[in-house]
Amino acid sequence: MTNTATNDLAPVREARLGIRLPAFLRSWRTTGILIPFLALFVALCLKSAPFHSTNNLINILGQQSSTLCIAAAFTLVLVAGGIDLSVGATYGLASVVGGEVAMHHSAGLAIVAAMVAAIVVGLLNGLIITVVKISPLITTLAMSFVVSGIALRCTQGNLIALPSKGAFYLLSNLHFLRLPSCVWITLAFVVVLALLLNRTTIGRYMVAAGGNMEAARLAGVRVNAIKLSTYVLSGAAAGLGGCLDLSRLLSAQASSGGNALTFTVLAAVVVGGTSIAGGEGSVWRSMIGVLFIALIGNGFILLGINTLYQQIVLGVILLLAVGLDSWFRYRQN
Amino acid sequence: MNIDAHVGTAGGDFIATGVSKHYGGVPALTNVSIRLEPGKVHALIGENGAGKSTLGKIIAGVIAPDSGILTFRGELLVLRTPRDAIAAGIVTIAQELTVVPSLTVAENIFLGSETATASVVHRAAMRQRYDELAALAGFDLHPDTVVGALSTAEKQKVEVMRALSRKASIIIMDEPSASLSTSEVGVLHSIIRHLAASGVAIVLISHFLNEVLDLADTVTTLRDGSLIATAPAQECTERGLIEGMLGRSHTAAYPEKVLAPTDAPVVLDVQHLSAPGVQDCSLQVRAGEIVGIAGLVGSGRSEFVRAIFRDAPLSAGRVVLDGTELKKRSPSVSIREGVAFIPESRKEMGLLMGRSIRENTALSRLPWLSRWSWISRKRELAAVTEQVAKVGVKAASLTQSARMLSGGNQQKILFARTLMCTPKVLICDEPTRGVDVGSKRAIYDLLVAKAQEGMGIVVVSSELEEILGLAHRVVVMRHGQITASLDGDNVNEQAILVAAFADAPSA
Repeated sequence: MTNTATNDLAPVREARLGIRLPAFLRSWRTTGILIPFLALFVALCLKSAPFHSTNNLINILGQQSSTLCIAAAFTLVLVAGGIDLSVGATYGLASVVGGEVAMHHSAGLAIVAAMVAAIVVGLLNGLIITVVKISPLITTLAMSFVVSGIALRCTQGNLIALPSKGAFYLLSNLHFLRLPSCVWITLAFVVVLALLLNRTTIGRYMVAAGGNMEAARLAGVRVNAIKLSTYVLSGAAAGLGGCLDLSRLLSAQASSGGNALTFTVLAAVVVGGTSIAGGEGSVWRSMIGVLFIALIGNGFILLGINTLYQQIVLGVILLLAVGLDSWFRYRQN
Repeated sequence: MNIDAHVGTAGGDFIATGVSKHYGGVPALTNVSIRLEPGKVHALIGENGAGKSTLGKIIAGVIAPDSGILTFRGELLVLRTPRDAIAAGIVTIAQELTVVPSLTVAENIFLGSETATASVVHRAAMRQRYDELAALAGFDLHPDTVVGALSTAEKQKVEVMRALSRKASIIIMDEPSASLSTSEVGVLHSIIRHLAASGVAIVLISHFLNEVLDLADTVTTLRDGSLIATAPAQECTERGLIEGMLGRSHTAAYPEKVLAPTDAPVVLDVQHLSAPGVQDCSLQVRAGEIVGIAGLVGSGRSEFVRAIFRDAPLSAGRVVLDGTELKKRSPSVSIREGVAFIPESRKEMGLLMGRSIRENTALSRLPWLSRWSWISRKRELAAVTEQVAKVGVKAASLTQSARMLSGGNQQKILFARTLMCTPKVLICDEPTRGVDVGSKRAIYDLLVAKAQEGMGIVVVSSELEEILGLAHRVVVMRHGQITASLDGDNVNEQAILVAAFADAPSA
């Protein structure tokens, strides 16, 4: 007898339960940001009377409008499998260019100039990544240095201050239903990007390109064009954010935005459950992510806690978000 | 029979008892038991998806069985990671070799087990260990050669020496000869015999039955995840093994062939095409015709069809689809012109695993289901529902993600995606790889039905059965060239094999 195969033994261990359905997963991604956000919101309302004053809430929205715009486009970049570390620098460049032009020309021309500068940066990013095929991380990191340098050259290191009540001021500060125009513009921009991602062919292609580039290409998706478009959108969003803040603050300098803004946006999008690996993400969750981080900042100030701890808390939350995401991915495989 | 009985009779044996494994509801292995003895070569054979590799991976600790127990040398063995298996003396030599190309032979062999004090490597001691090992294995590789410069067979030697250096008592070889030339295969066989003679238990997973009969002491046949038979190799014949693997006669599994009329128009005309891995290949497909492309793995079959799909740059020749030349290297243009392509690996090249059936199916058809790129959800849902029903995908809902489906259903989704574009020519590379038997038949029926509707179909397959059962005409490739074009009564196993192994073009 060489070997006797026995097939008559009962299975010793019960088969383990399969992994839960993606519906659960998706709801996890949603609840994962929504519950902490609402909890924090309620906690702040209870703890701090000034917090839930309408003015404070409107202020937060106004302050966050540029970050919200940039995070919305950043989400699309991540979904399509890329990353854009140059958004902070591009934001700085746009506000500086807008400011310089607005000092001597009309507000309309200033906005156009700022937007063109920002979109050109996005276009360059996209072309270098898709044509030259340098990794997005390196391309946009290098681009952020170049762009910061150009912005600095534009201002020669000076602060640009615009006259108050000028035409440019109106961009962010017209009021409608108590909300300033920068909030309305942001809302419109974000809704357009959310619809773009969810309801259009372009959005589907972004998801496909980020989820499985090879499969997308073989299914007839023009992956390079799609990726390029996300970087252009990201540049445009940074430009819009720069213009809104220039109008809100009436001042600009080359160092505004920068890496701090880039990493806040990245943190917000990731906390919102958009996967850094691409192929999955949602604009509205990124918006919650931005506001969540803003609430932490606002809350720390209102509650009089040392802002030193704000960074620590933010870091821990970010690790938690990314950790949970990779844990779920690991479980799926 | 119980476990104690095994333990009593064989001290050094490895015994797996009642092992089962499921992948997302699809059984890959059902209640399989196997015994490995020192000094013996135990072959695992079976069709693609029969569970050979799954069983090999369970023995090697790469995947954990859902149920069943493993014992080794009379003790219960729990393998949580490959590391546990290595510690127990079980080493795998995978089909894709795992050597580090930039390191030398000796560095690769002792990777992770360097003789060192505080991370400082003792070179002299390592050299001595290497010499002992080389003598044991009977190899003459220079220890300082960079592995990247070695041939595949030599890299396998490195893997074998690494296995020996880890005091392996069980070595699992998954398709070791698949990527070797004839002379290299001879070397490999003498290595396997040498290893067995030195007391190592060898698990040989192989598609090549002559190799199995030549080397193995014991042969275990698997089919659809179940153990069919375990028998001494002397008692096996090639014919008997094939019957065991297939478990059915040839013709029953395939729909009847309906040949295209000889005056049917040529829908795909590939003229003297050269591309990376492909030299001067021509192919014509008529409407309603199913053309099979056979050949060994690495013969250029996949490269050829991908070049036809214009997913590769052409260095010469042209691809004409129904009178229109596909000039641009662009899958999206090819799809629009009417070529559809189902790639060989649905996971890596086909599906968005995390996305829904609906998104996966509609992907190629979206331009038609949208206006100004705004997707009409109603039209999308209707189109996807219809197509998914046509190809017979079984799923709870269209929102289910592709990852949760069985291999057969995943493959059907790729068919649904491509058929949605109503192509003139459908190219499928390994259309039934890793697909259960029932879905295979459904896919064959679908291909035959589409051919009868006038679609030209090209099927690339490693399964000779499939080529013989489906194709009206067979093109055989070797080394990037077409070595035979067979039709009518000339289509038989013998002729295809001869052409697949032939060195010079014979047709």
